[in-house]
Amino acid sequence: MTAVDTVETAASTGDRPQPYADLGLKDDEYAAIHEVLGRRPTQTELAMYSIMWSEHCSYKSSKVHLRQFADLAADLPQAQRERMLVGMGENAGVVDVGEGLAVTFKVESHNHPSYVEPYQGAATGIGGIVRDILTMGARPVLVMDPLRFGDADHPDTRRVLPGIVAGIGGYGNCLGLPNIGGEVVFDPSYQGNPLVNALCLGVMPVDRIQLSAARGIGNVVVLLGAKTGRDGIGGVSVLASATFDADGPARRPSVQVGDPFTEKLLIEACLELYDAKLVEGIQDLGGAGLTCALTETSAAGRSGMRAHLERVPLREASMEPHEVLASESQERMLAIVTPANLPAVLAIAAKWGVIATAIGEVTDGDRLVISWHDEVVVDVPPGSLADDGPVYERPMARPADLDALQGAATPEHPALAELRDLLLRMVASPNLCSRRWVVEQYDRIVLGDTVLAWPEDAGVVRLSEESGLGVALATDGNGRYTRLDPYVGAQLALAEAYRNVAATGAVPIAVTNCLNFGSPEEPEVMWQFAEATRGLADGCRQLGTPVTGGNVSFYNSTAGTAINPTPVIGVLGLFDDVARRTPMGFQDEGESVLLLGDTREELGGSEWAWAEHRHLGGTPPAVDLAREQVLAEVLVAGSRDGMLSSAHDLSDGGLAQALVESSLAKGVGARIVLPAGLTPFVQLFSESAGRAVVSVPRSEELRFTEMCSARGLPIVRIGVTDGTVLDLQDVLQVPLAELREAHEATLPALFGPLAGTPIP
Amino acid sequence: MPRIGVVTFPGSLDDRDAQRAVRLAGAEPVALWHGEADLQGVDAVVLPGGFSYGDYLRAGAIARFAPAMSSVVEQAGRGLPVLGICNGFQVLCESGLLPGALTRNAHLHFLNRDQGLSIESTATAWTGGFTPGQQVVVPVKNGEGRYVASEQVLDELEQSGRVVARYTGSNPNGSSRNIAGIANAAGNVVGIMPHPEHAVEDLTGPGTDGLGFFTSVLQVLVTA
Repeated sequence: MTAVDTVETAASTGDRPQPYADLGLKDDEYAAIHEVLGRRPTQTELAMYSIMWSEHCSYKSSKVHLRQFADLAADLPQAQRERMLVGMGENAGVVDVGEGLAVTFKVESHNHPSYVEPYQGAATGIGGIVRDILTMGARPVLVMDPLRFGDADHPDTRRVLPGIVAGIGGYGNCLGLPNIGGEVVFDPSYQGNPLVNALCLGVMPVDRIQLSAARGIGNVVVLLGAKTGRDGIGGVSVLASATFDADGPARRPSVQVGDPFTEKLLIEACLELYDAKLVEGIQDLGGAGLTCALTETSAAGRSGMRAHLERVPLREASMEPHEVLASESQERMLAIVTPANLPAVLAIAAKWGVIATAIGEVTDGDRLVISWHDEVVVDVPPGSLADDGPVYERPMARPADLDALQGAATPEHPALAELRDLLLRMVASPNLCSRRWVVEQYDRIVLGDTVLAWPEDAGVVRLSEESGLGVALATDGNGRYTRLDPYVGAQLALAEAYRNVAATGAVPIAVTNCLNFGSPEEPEVMWQFAEATRGLADGCRQLGTPVTGGNVSFYNSTAGTAINPTPVIGVLGLFDDVARRTPMGFQDEGESVLLLGDTREELGGSEWAWAEHRHLGGTPPAVDLAREQVLAEVLVAGSRDGMLSSAHDLSDGGLAQALVESSLAKGVGARIVLPAGLTPFVQLFSESAGRAVVSVPRSEELRFTEMCSARGLPIVRIGVTDGTVLDLQDVLQVPLAELREAHEATLPALFGPLAGTPIP
Repeated sequence: MPRIGVVTFPGSLDDRDAQRAVRLAGAEPVALWHGEADLQGVDAVVLPGGFSYGDYLRAGAIARFAPAMSSVVEQAGRGLPVLGICNGFQVLCESGLLPGALTRNAHLHFLNRDQGLSIESTATAWTGGFTPGQQVVVPVKNGEGRYVASEQVLDELEQSGRVVARYTGSNPNGSSRNIAGIANAAGNVVGIMPHPEHAVEDLTGPGTDGLGFFTSVLQVLVTA
């Protein structure tokens, strides 16, 4: 083993070759580091720059596009602006929800680790997003998981899906966070690159918001939580291999290993620290570990910092300083506390069995100085790592195949006599079938505040037992639509999540996103990204909803082929009283079934074209965000005034899928007469946006239809709830039992039987 | 007003929910800490669900050594009503207050669904308010909920009327003889795998059938 590369050595050995290219740094980036430091970086500094200037940490390819979301804030209505207590830039945005409470929510990706090691990859995805929320001062109260897999019947999906689902459950269940929704989508473009996105929402009193800035000379830097090991060290192993002999210690795998019990204790300890007002600043350790936490806290506070790396509790004594800084060991937080409060902080940590170690202090000046025993291995301006990374305006090009894709003819429509069999095949198709096999592995009710969860349009959680104040959350994203038109596709994802939230009766108030794309170095991918972000920003401006945060995941491609561009959009809605929530299922017989919105022949990118013909072509449905707003207002008003028995948004699979889901929810069927005009097939399977199916008691029907008419929302009565059959008159009739069997058999047939054995 | 303690272990998750159920039933919930032997003079104790100590050893195997558990075991011997829910049931078995053990679900998955139960014994402190054979719906959610015991112990439990509840419709975890809950010989200690504290409000649960467990013990405490 060579001696540690110190700042002193670096200054006197400027010509020593360094493996910066293997660490992913370009020639000009390496030159820029020289310029910042006035010398070559030490080995440890090089490791830190390579991590902090990576795409994952620096957002160097996406930054110029993401500015639109911050700029958007200025165009929002004043009420929406004032609601935003913390905007983008901190770990997650914070939204005032009234009654002295604020919520923070965010969605992040953990795609690549979940492909390599499905269980731990997905588990630590939950752990990471939960710490993002905790670090804002909030108690995490729910999680959701938007997931994308390759073809359902592909052998590798059988390896990946059960592990990911078990990992999400294994970590989230053990943390005691209800998993209230998400998505499970299959498409071959995700083969070899599944998308595992994780959303968390937390709640806090408005005066408990925590920020990450390290301020106050002499304040103590405390590392809380798990010991630091060699897990999660990715590119830095290149450095290690350059300094270790070939027969030196083997490198550990790059995927982190989760310990939800330690995270649970860390959550409780941090919340107790916040309530006792013992923390001046706090930052979670996620990607880039201590490197990121030390640089971001000192950069945010415009402070200097001194860290003594040898004080970090290690799992492996042989770790080198650059490994300690790069480790992504889970379940750790970095707190800035005053010297006077340090004993109280250590006592609370001890009460919860959480390791707490003072590893440094805030200093005068503007340098981050890190020593290893008595030698200085890092001496840098923290802002050069955290804020002043490279920014690229990558070249963009409209995909060459897009005209051909958009021009492709829709497959031939089926005849009337074929619709019954088609309906049964569609409700059993992988993207429309029941998700029971997945979600029964998640605890959906812990904490006792879950009002709606899967399979509802949105999850609804109560925040206050006294008032009924609560939130609704939905995530959506259709990669096929976005492939066909990224601008419209992103807006359709936004519109669907917005509609889903409104369908439960909540007022949509804020947006988060997880933008999953291929390689930014490919101009066609970059064009998709630019179009999608532009569409999302324009859409949010029109809907008057701020983007409170988000995450970008690039390099989602396998063997040179990018995934369908998949912006996953999460919309947050607010309830004054969750008792007013509207479920998606028909509740009682004899109620009127109404279709809201306009149906057009829109089958481009539809589930029907894909499931029946493996066809992806044409243009996605048109977006009319003004119409979405009116529809949302009607659904919210209908919920507030108690007019609606059920409401269900129309999206994938169209009216047919919505009627089946509303019927199966409580086993209440319907007699439906499709309106004249479009063919029954188009009416049933078109995916026109801006629509919902509601059921209303006869006594409320007139009041509700008049409200719709007054607001210019098209409404047509299509039938009545009745019996245990879905009866589409003159088209088809299917008993609910037959529908249910078809709907529920698919995933168990692929991934193993549903749990439980029948009792005679 | 009767005071019912809810013990929080490191990794307890449904402790707040048990406190809410106690409150909705009409008693005063008292938060108890695993590290304190003092039970603050409560009239009954609930050991809540969760993953105490991460369940990294056997579920409940470490929690049984908590100072609070020494007091619970001692006072249960003198008649203190004790209800162990899910992880609490596991703790009761590990601490010897109830026979048998809870092992990994037969299908090896965590499972959360609304579950039908038949109340088999109303001769306990926690089920006196039900009628024998009453059918109720309470959520089940666990990864290690499969009740196992020797044939001899199972026969004894059946013969002495100590099977408190059985699963109906479907056995969610492979438990012997569809057993969902059992009691000690005196009937003051009950362990149940499903979560009655998650069936106490129409808004958040499948109904309010679970309240019966908490109102039953109030009846005992008021008339005692």
